[in-house]
Amino acid sequence: MNHRLITLGRIIRAGAQNFMRNATLAIAAIAVMVITLTIVLFSIVTNAAFSHTIQQITDKIDVSVFLKDTVTPAQRDKLLSDLRSTDNVKSVEYQSKEDVLKQQQKPTDENMDLQLALAQIDNPFPATIHVKPNDPNKLQSIQNYLEKPEIQALQSSKTTYSGDKKKALDNITKSTKFLREAGLVGVLIFAIVSMLIIFNTIRMAIFNRRDELQIMRLLGASTSYIRGPFVVETIIYGIVSAIISVTVINSLFVVSGSAFAASNFGLLDIGFANNYFRDRFWIILASQLVIGILIGAVSSTVATRRYLKFKSSK
Amino acid sequence: MILLDRVTKVYNRNSTALDRISLHVEPKEFVIIIGASGAGKSTLLKLLTREERQTSGKIVIGGIDYDKLKDKNIPILRRKIGVVFQDFKLLPNKNVYENVAFALEIVGYGNNEIKHTVPRVLDIVGLKGKEKRMPMELSGGERQRVAIARAIVRQPKILIADEPTGNLDPKYAWDIIKILEKINRYGTTVLLTTHNQDIVNKLKRRVITIKDGRIVSDRANAEYNPGTSKI
Repeated sequence: MNHRLITLGRIIRAGAQNFMRNATLAIAAIAVMVITLTIVLFSIVTNAAFSHTIQQITDKIDVSVFLKDTVTPAQRDKLLSDLRSTDNVKSVEYQSKEDVLKQQQKPTDENMDLQLALAQIDNPFPATIHVKPNDPNKLQSIQNYLEKPEIQALQSSKTTYSGDKKKALDNITKSTKFLREAGLVGVLIFAIVSMLIIFNTIRMAIFNRRDELQIMRLLGASTSYIRGPFVVETIIYGIVSAIISVTVINSLFVVSGSAFAASNFGLLDIGFANNYFRDRFWIILASQLVIGILIGAVSSTVATRRYLKFKSSK
Repeated sequence: MILLDRVTKVYNRNSTALDRISLHVEPKEFVIIIGASGAGKSTLLKLLTREERQTSGKIVIGGIDYDKLKDKNIPILRRKIGVVFQDFKLLPNKNVYENVAFALEIVGYGNNEIKHTVPRVLDIVGLKGKEKRMPMELSGGERQRVAIARAIVRQPKILIADEPTGNLDPKYAWDIIKILEKINRYGTTVLLTTHNQDIVNKLKRRVITIKDGRIVSDRANAEYNPGTSKI
């Protein structure tokens, strides 16, 4: 069999043995790494859920233009085509008086009075044009067009710009931005802490076994042969931690999913987050594994480095 | 096989461990190095295994010039030299067989080769039947034999034995020396340091005496005389 393969096999076996022997030390390292990875995962999922919520709210922002009953079809068509060619317009939708009435006549528990009132009079609703902007922050071009006097003349009442929604949206964006940044800082802090703890765990393991390492050195073991088992050991920490953290998040979703099926916690749409997690389960697991393995491998490589140097002073 | 040319090792300004040592050892030679504690014997051996670097001078072993030796090639050098230590340096949680096999594992021998080689070497050092014993269960002499087996299992051209009998009763000590002679007969160059007068006198080999970091005598078929100042 290939010489390198045999050596690699021995390194992996030795690393696995060290992992079993170092169980108590390993627990501390794994615990911190689990916290790190869970925070990473949690911030990814909540970030996606926030973005989703913001997107949904953004989609609801539109400009409503109410037309006088006297507007002719020709004027209406001209208005529609002009609006479509205005900057920042995503879509233009026309609702005739009848459409609006039908929409309002859909009975719900809350609008019984409205239903009664509607039944006794002619259709009081104006035909309406809903203009959806590409960017809700830049309504100026649409507003400029609609405020031209000849266009104003066609409108039954003042255009609404979903102004209050916009304000709410700004607040949401601001707070989610803060949450994202806080999440990022948290991830960084915990990643550093877990690296330090793994670093110390490996240093203690090296210290406990320094005689053995010295003997290996004197017998001519290469640096990678000595270092390998430590790196393998911390890679196992990474793998175990990734699995634990994905399991933790998964069970959180299982519990919360059944308790608040598809409900919203303010901005956090649990149903969406749950779906997001399930749809990307394997990618999430893989990236958690990669992060865990990287943290482990980097910190153990650094930790072993200074202990495995040859004496080079003369 | 071993060539030292005016090798000096200074640890700090006040302590010169070796002072311009020049030495030439032929292949298959058996050389005994004697000298009081602190004379520089151990430093000399540490330079040979590249545990320490010489401050000045030239060391060439088996064609390898130590000045040109890169750190990453030090393991390759050490694989060519077998070393036996006074304190054995066995791995405490491995049994006899595993301790010897370990020397082969770290350099990538295959499992079949290891199974084939280790029992043969244990036979040479007289440990047949004790493969499963742990180092704690062995006498000092037996432990040293394990160490020798480990040192020779890769068939090095050079065997360095640093006071291998230092911790042993005389009757075990002589056993160890006989094993070293046997290995030397097979063609390995042996470098032995010792304090033991009897051993030196009985062996009648080349004896190099070191005192205060300098070679004060180098004689063939010599007897023990650490105080001599003649060369």
